[in-house]
Amino acid sequence: MVEFWIDYGFPLLIILLKIIVILVPVLIGVAFATYFDRKIWAAMQMRRGPNVVGPFGLMQPFADGLKLFMKETIIPAGANKGVFLLAPAITFSLAMIGWAVIPFGDGLVLSDINVGILYMFAISSLGVYGIIMGGWASNSKYPFFGALRSAAQMVSYEVSMGFIIVTVLLCVGSLNLSDIVRAQEKIWFAIPLFPMFVMFFISALAETNRPPFDLPEAESELVAGYQIEYSSMAFALFMLGEYANILLLSGLTTILFLGGWLPPFDIAPFNWIPGPIWFLSKLAFLFFVFSWVKATVPRYRYDQLMRLGWKIFLPLSLFWVVLTAGVLVAFDWVP
Amino acid sequence: MDIALTDLLLEYLPILIFLGVAIGLSVVMVGGSYIAAHQKPDPEKLSAYECGFDAFEGSRAQFDVRFYLVAILFIIFDLEVAFLFPWAVALGEIGVFGFWSMVVFLGILTIGFVYEWKKGALEWE
Repeated sequence: MVEFWIDYGFPLLIILLKIIVILVPVLIGVAFATYFDRKIWAAMQMRRGPNVVGPFGLMQPFADGLKLFMKETIIPAGANKGVFLLAPAITFSLAMIGWAVIPFGDGLVLSDINVGILYMFAISSLGVYGIIMGGWASNSKYPFFGALRSAAQMVSYEVSMGFIIVTVLLCVGSLNLSDIVRAQEKIWFAIPLFPMFVMFFISALAETNRPPFDLPEAESELVAGYQIEYSSMAFALFMLGEYANILLLSGLTTILFLGGWLPPFDIAPFNWIPGPIWFLSKLAFLFFVFSWVKATVPRYRYDQLMRLGWKIFLPLSLFWVVLTAGVLVAFDWVP
Repeated sequence: MDIALTDLLLEYLPILIFLGVAIGLSVVMVGGSYIAAHQKPDPEKLSAYECGFDAFEGSRAQFDVRFYLVAILFIIFDLEVAFLFPWAVALGEIGVFGFWSMVVFLGILTIGFVYEWKKGALEWE
C-alpha cells in the first residue's frame, strides 16, 4: 500500500495540485478579463462602465456569475438535448486544456510535450465543434446560421494561421513551445516576421469571433448567433470558454512573436523582473489590443471577411513561408 | 514498452487529467445551477426563439452550398499545412534539396489555387 502511494499516489496528487494552480488563476483571470474588456470599451466611448459592485466595480464579474448561476436552465423543446448540453462543455474544456502546454516561465509548464505547437493548433481546430454543435442542436434558425458562419470563418483563418506558425517554426527548428521562446533570446520574432505577427493577431481575432469579425453573433442580424437558446450556466460556459480562448491566443501570440517570458533587453533593470511577470504583462497588453480593436473597428461584411481570409491572408502567408525558407537556406541560417 | 516511450507518454498524462478536471468542472457548474436555481419550464419558454412568433418552418433547412466548398478548400490547405510542419522542423537536415522539393510542391498547389480563384470558388456575394 505504501509503495503504491509513493509510486502512483503522490505523483498524481502533485499533477492535480499543479492543475489547480493553473486552473484557478486562469478562471479568475477570465472573470477579470470580462471586467477589463467592459471597462476599456466604456473608457473609449467616454462612459464609466461597471462601477457599482465593489470598489471600481471590481466585483462585477462575480455578481454576473452568481446571477447566471441562479437563473433557470432552459433546454428548448425541439433541441437535441445531449448535444445541446455537450457543446458548451466542449468549448469550455478545450479553452482550459490549452493552458496545459503554455510555458509561463522557463520550465514553468504543466506538460512540456515535444509537439506543443501542434497540440495548440489541434485544440484551436477542435474549437469549431463546440460552436457548430451548439448551433445545430438548438434547432432554431439564428443559432444555425450563426454556427455555419462561425465554422466557415474559423476554418478559413485557421489555414493562414497554420502557414504563419510554419514561418516561425522555420526560424526555430522545434515544435516545443519552450524552445520557440528560447530561440528568441537574440531577437523577438515580431521584428523579422513583423507582417506575420500582424496577420497572426488579426487571424486570432477571427478565430475567437471577436469584433470586427463577430459575424457569428452579430447582434443586429442574428441576435446572438449560436448562443441564443442558451441560458444560465450553459451560457456562462460559452462565455468563459470564449474569453479563456482570447487569453489563450494572446498567450500563444506572446510565445510565438513577443518572446514569451523573455525581457525585451537582457540588461540590468529588465532582467531583474521574473519571467512569468513579463509573460503575463505581454499577454495583458495583447488582451488590451483585442479590446481596443473591439471598441474602434466596425464589423466586417461576410464577403469581405472571406475575401480577406482566402484572397489576401492565404497567398501572403504562403509567399512568406517560401520567402522565410529561402532566406534561411540562402544565408545558411537554418537552425 | 521501452522506457523512452513511457516517458514520452507520461508527459501527456497531466493533459488527460486536466481534461477530466475541466469536464468535471463544467458538469458541476451546469448541474449545480440546475439544482440550485428554481426551474419552472412552460411551452412558451421552451419554444425556439424567433423574435416573438412561432417558427414558420423547421430550422434544418437547405443552406448555401458555399459553406461546403469552403470546407473542402479547408481540407486541402490544412493537409498541406500538416505536411509543412515536419518539413519546417527538418529543414536544417534536408537543406537546399529539401527546400526546392517543397517549392515544387507549393508551386503545384499554387497552380490549383489560381485555378480555384479564376473559377470563382473564392467569390462570396
